[in-house]
Amino acid sequence: MLGTGILRGMVETAKNFAGSYHDPERLTTVEYPEQRIAPKENARQFPFLVHDTEDPMKGLRCVACQICEKECPPQCIYIVKSKDKRADYKGQMQLYPVTFDIDLSVCMSCQICVEVCPFESIKMDTEFELSNTDRFGGLLVNKHQLAKSNEHYRKIHPTEAAVSDAALAVEVAKAQAKAKADVEAKAKAAAEAKAKAEAAAAAGPVGAVAPAPAPKPSSPAAATAAAPAA
Amino acid sequence: MTLPFAIIAGLTVGSAIAAMSLRNMVHCALSLVLTFAGLAGLYLQLNAEFVGFTQILVYVGAVSILIVFAILLTRSTEPKDEPATVTPWVGISVAVAAFLTMALAVLASPIGKRLAAPASEVSVKTLGQKLMTDYVLPLEVMALLLTAAMLGAVIIAMKDKEGSR
Amino acid sequence: MAELFAKLDALPVTLKHLLMGLLPGATPEWLVSVVSAVLTITPILAVFPLMFALTTVIERKGLGRIQNRIGPNRVGIPLTDIRLWGFGQFIADGIKSLIKEDVVPRAADKVVHFLAPIALLIPVLLTYSVLPFGKNMVPLDLPQTGLLFFFAVGASTELSVFMAGWSSRNKYSLLGAMRAIAQMVSYEIPLILSSLTVVMMAGTLSLTSIVEHQAGTHFGFLHNWHLFTPWGFVGFCLFLTAAAAEANRTPFDLPEAESEIIAGYFTEYSGFKFAIFFLAEYLGLFAMCGLGITLFLGGWLPPVNIAPFTWVPSWCWFLGKLSALIVLFIWLRGTLPRLRTDQLMGFAWKFLLPMTLINLVVAALWHMSGGAVHIGIRWVVGFAMLAIPYWLLGRGFEASVGKRVYRFAN
Ligand code: SF4
Ligand code: SF4
Repeated sequence: MLGTGILRGMVETAKNFAGSYHDPERLTTVEYPEQRIAPKENARQFPFLVHDTEDPMKGLRCVACQICEKECPPQCIYIVKSKDKRADYKGQMQLYPVTFDIDLSVCMSCQICVEVCPFESIKMDTEFELSNTDRFGGLLVNKHQLAKSNEHYRKIHPTEAAVSDAALAVEVAKAQAKAKADVEAKAKAAAEAKAKAEAAAAAGPVGAVAPAPAPKPSSPAAATAAAPAA
Repeated sequence: MTLPFAIIAGLTVGSAIAAMSLRNMVHCALSLVLTFAGLAGLYLQLNAEFVGFTQILVYVGAVSILIVFAILLTRSTEPKDEPATVTPWVGISVAVAAFLTMALAVLASPIGKRLAAPASEVSVKTLGQKLMTDYVLPLEVMALLLTAAMLGAVIIAMKDKEGSR
Repeated sequence: MAELFAKLDALPVTLKHLLMGLLPGATPEWLVSVVSAVLTITPILAVFPLMFALTTVIERKGLGRIQNRIGPNRVGIPLTDIRLWGFGQFIADGIKSLIKEDVVPRAADKVVHFLAPIALLIPVLLTYSVLPFGKNMVPLDLPQTGLLFFFAVGASTELSVFMAGWSSRNKYSLLGAMRAIAQMVSYEIPLILSSLTVVMMAGTLSLTSIVEHQAGTHFGFLHNWHLFTPWGFVGFCLFLTAAAAEANRTPFDLPEAESEIIAGYFTEYSGFKFAIFFLAEYLGLFAMCGLGITLFLGGWLPPVNIAPFTWVPSWCWFLGKLSALIVLFIWLRGTLPRLRTDQLMGFAWKFLLPMTLINLVVAALWHMSGGAVHIGIRWVVGFAMLAIPYWLLGRGFEASVGKRVYRFAN
């Protein structure tokens, strides 16, 4: 009958009303500044830049590729690339951001910058007390304020950080393997060049050489030297 | 002429003039509402409480809404540049003639000669009883007319809907 | 003892007479009437806005508790640790709305935009002038047209709503105004028709006489409030429903549905003008409740005619009943979701209107059969005549609305 649903609803809300007074278990909220609930693992508020070394500025993973700057929907990231290069965590020479600013008042916490970054260098923080009394300068967060260590990331998002660390480990391993292979190839090429030279000197053919695992030549000299050998 | 009468009459006439001369249609409608309210005030001054409040209920509460809805639904409220009428004098003379006829008729009738209001105040109860006995035919005719008008409106609205399907 | 309580009952009236006596004897007559009017208006302007202020806090606290939250409980006396359970909140809110910037959109029609809140608040305040708050405590007694005055003045708020919505030059404002007007016009009919039953029974439009008409007793102690009759009970429920719609309260708060049209017709108002809209809305609700109390709940009469109840001053009864109704409205707001526009209109025209018409017939029969037929038979017949159409109409309405099928919630 019309109205019974309303009455049932009213009984329910009356139960909530009375219950919330003598049964604290029912309450879904806490009195905030005094009481706090630990943030949920997949909470996200505002991005930060991950660094690996003691000195935040030296160890920033960001390579200033500006992908995040282009992808950010409200366009709140501002990056200036460096002129010089420096070694990144896998020892490769890379650019780094001279300026990396995010406008706190514009960021909408969408996490798209995190999704697009190919270098695992920008992540979301769970810090939510971001209010500021300076409404112009204080809301523009620069790279010094943005830089946070990988330990911090592991602490706030353990699951995600594990995945990210694993991905990075794979990258590093690859890079190391490549570097090793490069070194070996270089050595081999050098040896071959030497052998060739010797052979040329001796005017005698050289026995079969085991094929190298086709390393990318690291120097034009080695390439020209390795080509006839292959 | 007492002060309250002067205020109310001035307000009524002033808002009526505004209703004719303002450029924006909605402003005109709002001024017209003020005229209605002023008329209600005049009725109240004449001790005709029931008529006065009914005037407010019907005209300020309902008819005005009808007018503004009609304006909003039919045309743009933006004022146009061309003058509202081409020859105001025709309208003015017609209005003056109508007013004169009515005024003369009122003055010629016995009501015009009466100076004070009748001693016995008409209560709402007698008003209702009169409506239901002596004047029941006009009342019913009016009710029929309104019902017919409403049915007509409903039929127009319904046809529109089917046509659009 | 009873003497003392009678004095307490008449306290506001005595106080006014006392203050009037302070006027020098040579005061001209017009000044006397002005002073008298001011003395009458001041308590109304003090009590009801204060009640509004307290209601905003109580409403937030109540809604919080209904949703298993704590609700506002911090703002108390400034610079101290006294929190007063958050009841200082309304002062802070008032100060905030007073000192906030008053933004008027550039495209707005400035004059109409400015006049709309005033044109809304004044009629709402005027409706209070005919409500009898206590014994001999009605600011303006209109023996012929009290109820008509209330409805006439109340109806003119619709135009103010239109003014606000139209002058803002904002589609949400205009949509909100259109919704509000359509709703108010539709629900005014059941509202007036449900009050008409009382007019029929009491034979007068004067609100004071209507209260006095309920002063008789059943069985020697139970006051015969109109609520204690079949038509009165149903009439009261219909009245409350229509009143909620008139006052834009949940579940009829479509004109200001935040999720759809921001704040409806007062979207473009800020600062103190916004506060005036807020105030007018609540004052309108209180006035509607006051009218409902006068028509059906015996006005300032106590429920039973026994000593401790009759000692309580009449104006306390009125304010107590008013508070109870406000609590009921807050409770409803915490319970019911918002209706859809077609449901809203369907409810007014297909359910409320037929019910009020049937109720009119039942009231007429009740009136005719008074004295001739046994009270029990009158009750049974009257009740059946209302319950059966209710059941049928309710079924029809529910069928027209249709059962909602959820994809996940079921
Ligand atoms: S979270 Fe979204 S809005 Fe914020 S900086 Fe990243 S991409 Fe931009
Ligand atoms: S944060 Fe990532 S995507 Fe953005 S510039 Fe640095 S490396 Fe590129």
